[in-house]
Amino acid sequence: MWRTLIKSIREYKKPSILAPVYVTVEVIIECLIPYIMALLVNQIKAGCSLGVVLRYGLVLLVLASLSLNFGRLSGKAAATSASGFARNLRKDLFSSIQSFSFENIDRFSSSSLVTRLTTDVTNVQNAFMMLIRVAIRSPLMLIFAVVMSFIMGGKLALIFVVVIPMLGIGLFFIIRKAFPIFKRVFRKYDALNSSIQENVQGIRVVKSFVREDYEKQKFGVAAEELRQEFTKAEKILAFNGPMMQFCLYINMVFILTFGAYTIATTGGLNFNVGQLSSLMIYSFQTLMSLMMLSMVFVMVTIADESGRRIIEVLSEQSSLTSPEHPVFDVTDGSIDFDQVSFRYSEKAERMALSNIDLHIRSGETIGILGTTGSSKTSLVQLIPRLYDTTSGIVRVGGRNVQEYDLASLRNQVSVVLQNNLLFSGTIAENLRWGNPDASDADLQQACVFAQADDFIRSFPQGYETRIEQGGTNVSGGQKQRLCIARALLKQPRILILDDSTSAVDTHTDAKIRKALKDYLPETTKIIIAQRVASVMDADRIVLMDKGGISAIGTHEQLLQTNAIYREIFESQNKAGEQE
Amino acid sequence: MKPKTPYQKGTLRRLFRMLFSFYPVALPLIILCIVLSAIVSAIPSVFTQNIIAVLEQNAGEGWSVIGPQVLRLTSLLAVLYVFSLILSFIYTRATAVLSQSALKKLRENLFQHMQDLPIKYFDTHAHGDIMSHYTNDIDTLRQLISQSMPQLLSSGIMVLTLFAIMLYYSVWMALVVLFGVSFMLLLVKKIGGNSAKYFMRQQQALGKTEGYIEEMMAGQKVIKVFCHEDEAKSDFDEVNDALFRDSEQANTFANILPPVIMNVGNLIYVMVAMAGGAFLLSKTHNLSISGLAFSISIVVPFLNMTRQFSGNINQVSQQLNAVIMGLAGASRMFALLDEKQEDDNGSVTLVYVTEQDGALRESEERTKIWAWKQPQTDGTVRYTRLSGDVRLQNVDFGYEQDKAVLHDVSLFAEPGQKVAFVGATGAGKTTITNLLNRFYDIADGKIRYDGININKIRKSDLRRAIGMVLQDTNLFTGTVLENIRYGRLDATDEECIAAAKLAGADSFVTRLPEGYETPLTGNGSNLSQGQRQLIAIARAAVADPPVMILDEATSSIDTRTEAIVQRGMDALMKDRTVFVIAHRLSTVQNSDVIMVLENGRIIERGSHAHLIAEGGKYYQLYTGAFELE
Repeated sequence: MWRTLIKSIREYKKPSILAPVYVTVEVIIECLIPYIMALLVNQIKAGCSLGVVLRYGLVLLVLASLSLNFGRLSGKAAATSASGFARNLRKDLFSSIQSFSFENIDRFSSSSLVTRLTTDVTNVQNAFMMLIRVAIRSPLMLIFAVVMSFIMGGKLALIFVVVIPMLGIGLFFIIRKAFPIFKRVFRKYDALNSSIQENVQGIRVVKSFVREDYEKQKFGVAAEELRQEFTKAEKILAFNGPMMQFCLYINMVFILTFGAYTIATTGGLNFNVGQLSSLMIYSFQTLMSLMMLSMVFVMVTIADESGRRIIEVLSEQSSLTSPEHPVFDVTDGSIDFDQVSFRYSEKAERMALSNIDLHIRSGETIGILGTTGSSKTSLVQLIPRLYDTTSGIVRVGGRNVQEYDLASLRNQVSVVLQNNLLFSGTIAENLRWGNPDASDADLQQACVFAQADDFIRSFPQGYETRIEQGGTNVSGGQKQRLCIARALLKQPRILILDDSTSAVDTHTDAKIRKALKDYLPETTKIIIAQRVASVMDADRIVLMDKGGISAIGTHEQLLQTNAIYREIFESQNKAGEQE
Repeated sequence: MKPKTPYQKGTLRRLFRMLFSFYPVALPLIILCIVLSAIVSAIPSVFTQNIIAVLEQNAGEGWSVIGPQVLRLTSLLAVLYVFSLILSFIYTRATAVLSQSALKKLRENLFQHMQDLPIKYFDTHAHGDIMSHYTNDIDTLRQLISQSMPQLLSSGIMVLTLFAIMLYYSVWMALVVLFGVSFMLLLVKKIGGNSAKYFMRQQQALGKTEGYIEEMMAGQKVIKVFCHEDEAKSDFDEVNDALFRDSEQANTFANILPPVIMNVGNLIYVMVAMAGGAFLLSKTHNLSISGLAFSISIVVPFLNMTRQFSGNINQVSQQLNAVIMGLAGASRMFALLDEKQEDDNGSVTLVYVTEQDGALRESEERTKIWAWKQPQTDGTVRYTRLSGDVRLQNVDFGYEQDKAVLHDVSLFAEPGQKVAFVGATGAGKTTITNLLNRFYDIADGKIRYDGININKIRKSDLRRAIGMVLQDTNLFTGTVLENIRYGRLDATDEECIAAAKLAGADSFVTRLPEGYETPLTGNGSNLSQGQRQLIAIARAAVADPPVMILDEATSSIDTRTEAIVQRGMDALMKDRTVFVIAHRLSTVQNSDVIMVLENGRIIERGSHAHLIAEGGKYYQLYTGAFELE
């Protein structure tokens, strides 16, 4: 898994390699210091001159500052490479998502993508930093400290043969027992949090049904369950500290007793007080590194899941790409559906569209009506090739849409999506999404057509008014009109309005349609609507039902021949449909 | 945005007080254990000194002389170790158990307090911010309570004990250590301070990046349609690079701190060794509590103690970020706990009654009749039959003190009447319904329910008497049946299904894979918006309240389906006082009275026919000559 991820290190290769190198040097020096200390202690004990003490002191001083600097360098290098690695991962994830087709986007929920770009990347970043620093440092430290112990303590160091496996096995069992519990607990924790979220969002429901106490009780039960599980896991982890102490204590008692014995019996020839003191330091270092190593293991395991989720996005191939020799020009706005069938995924049982045959002339205005779920949106999404057909061919300007360069096709076929969105930024900035080079006059022109100019001008800052995230500071109808203007700025050959005026009053709606008709006569216009009034004056009206076309004709024709159309028309007319 | 200190003053003290109140006995015991254990961990140096002293004094003697003395010392040490192990075993375990149960109590306190906060709190705080109390704040507290605090206490006591032992052996050398350590603390303050600063910045940068990503992910389809991928990428690079820079700095300082401390520790170690050597060789007179003279048996344990000393300071410094973040978390949590709860001084309650000879008698059992139970000043109780008569008299209201939303609104709804509100967004339609069940309290005027001022009615009883179906349907994790039963917890399965049939939800529910037992998750994300609304209507039907508020309850159901549901709705509304808010005029036109609202005032009122005949605003809306936003 890491092999795929570390491809994103790129320009941070150098610090990524340097960090472990620096760490290695740091560890070697750090292990030398107690050794030289032991020599110094013995010198002092032997009653050496002050000069000797100073000389040793100087050597130690140099070593300590070297160690400090290498530690500093490795810390910096590790921080740079890990943060840089994370930066590149985010960048790669983001670009990968940008290449997604609609089909790919449908597969991932947007909140899961956000988590992958934030929490998951942070987990991998932390694990990576551990890997290039602590994961190098701890084993090295372990080895050096043990080797030095044998050099200094000889047979005394054999105690490590007992203690290290003891601690190792202990840690192994603790992790093995605690880890699955933690995994389970964190899932429960997530569940608890999402139920709190539900509660916060639905607080009006809770309060209007007077269910506060019920919710509290429900929460209490869940929180108690969580506590029990967490406690179970933490109790196991709580063995860590005492176990470490136990091993350390055994070491100390052993070394003190047998060290003293050795010194006493050999008269301090093979082993002396200085060595005794250093040996104690080494034993601490050894056990500490073992402990750190177990932490690295835990971190990397946690990051494993995150890494897997990141790779899932990175390796997702866009299901739609431009052909090798694309056509860039769309000659006219004619559209042809030839025996088109479509389903959203291979697993879907039902076809969203089946056997559609529809031919639209350039410049024609087509209205589409149908109940929710009759696949109106699916139909129009095939035109700018937001999805590929499952069978059959969609042609624009007489050519199969798959022959076009994607960007060129989508610039010529402008869709105002049902869930239209504005982004944080000024109105002008939002409009220029349609055409980055549009002049102020162009913007205004498009807004006049979309009946948006008036209300924009009524804002104190006009076209420079800031839109908040999600467009929350303009009303639904205003948002829809801005979205239409944005789409018009593309100057497309084909304009598709997918239920884009549902929040606009009938009067303004009619004005928009009139402007489109008068000023954009050559543009093919496809209008999906709930209201008959919105499509009444179209050249032809397509009535859709359950993924197929049930009738086509003008308003008058349909009124005479189609019962459903008549029913819709009458129900709306009677009610004076107003939305 | 960010205040200079990320947490309120006094937070630590308040947190302690809270923890002590949770565990008045256990917590002091744990603290005692930690303190004792820390002291015991510091003591071995004394034994090292003694053993080396024995070796020194008896140099040249055989093991037969030295042995018993050493063994006596080491076995004493072993006993001490066993004692220390027992202590640390107890306190680590107890800390684990106690901190988890403390966290549970904190969570519960938060949740219980939150449940009783007024709607205003939820309207004025972003839901993401409320949630972060349960996720981020509790998580930082977990770190603080279960790790940082015990660690700080233990290390602090250890450092003090070690210093005392040092003084015991040699004041001069202890001063050398003290000198070195003050230098070390200076470095910790500088580097640690920077580290904390950049960690906070990193946190902010992360928030900003997350915000950007959220917006872009939500608008991904629009980006595709406008071929805006490259611009999105380059904008992302900007926030991403900023995050990288802060993250690099924060981690650099955090990474540098331990090697700096450990090596400054090494330097102090060298300094102590040299000073010790110098003292020994120059035969300086030792000043100490123990009165011991300088000898190698003092220098060696001193060296080990120096190491322990810096090791502990390192441990403390590792916890600095966690402590600051934990206190910031606690501070935010306390802010929520300090929010004022909904006050409820109502004394009038809702009870079941039976009617005998025109007199109402309170009943323990569920009867068909509800009554308001009003305690009188003379100690008697008056029962008023609940009928659903609602009157507003000259009501003024504003969400903020000086911004009035409703002006002098008066209206009445007689039992069984259907009253509709029509008007633009912000005209005050939903606001009126918010006042009826006291989600908000009015500024001036009176609202009466069956002749009783609603301020006198206990809130929970008032709300039980008013059902609500809202535009944004909120369903809860659980089965369809459980969601319907939410309306009345003791409703039988049959009653729930009957309600679903009434609401017109039965036909689609029975077609779901597991029918009424189909689990719903993520606010019923596996259902369409229209289907969710039908379940919400069924939920209200089970509750069977005498007054019902339908706020855009059918807005997401298309007109044809609405016509089908209409029958159910009519059945639901029969014999009930109903307030309807709808954008679609078709939904409201058969109401008994229609109120047209504009800027918080009722400008027209009357039946559909009456208003059409009047030719005012309603007429304009109806004919499509006027825009509703």
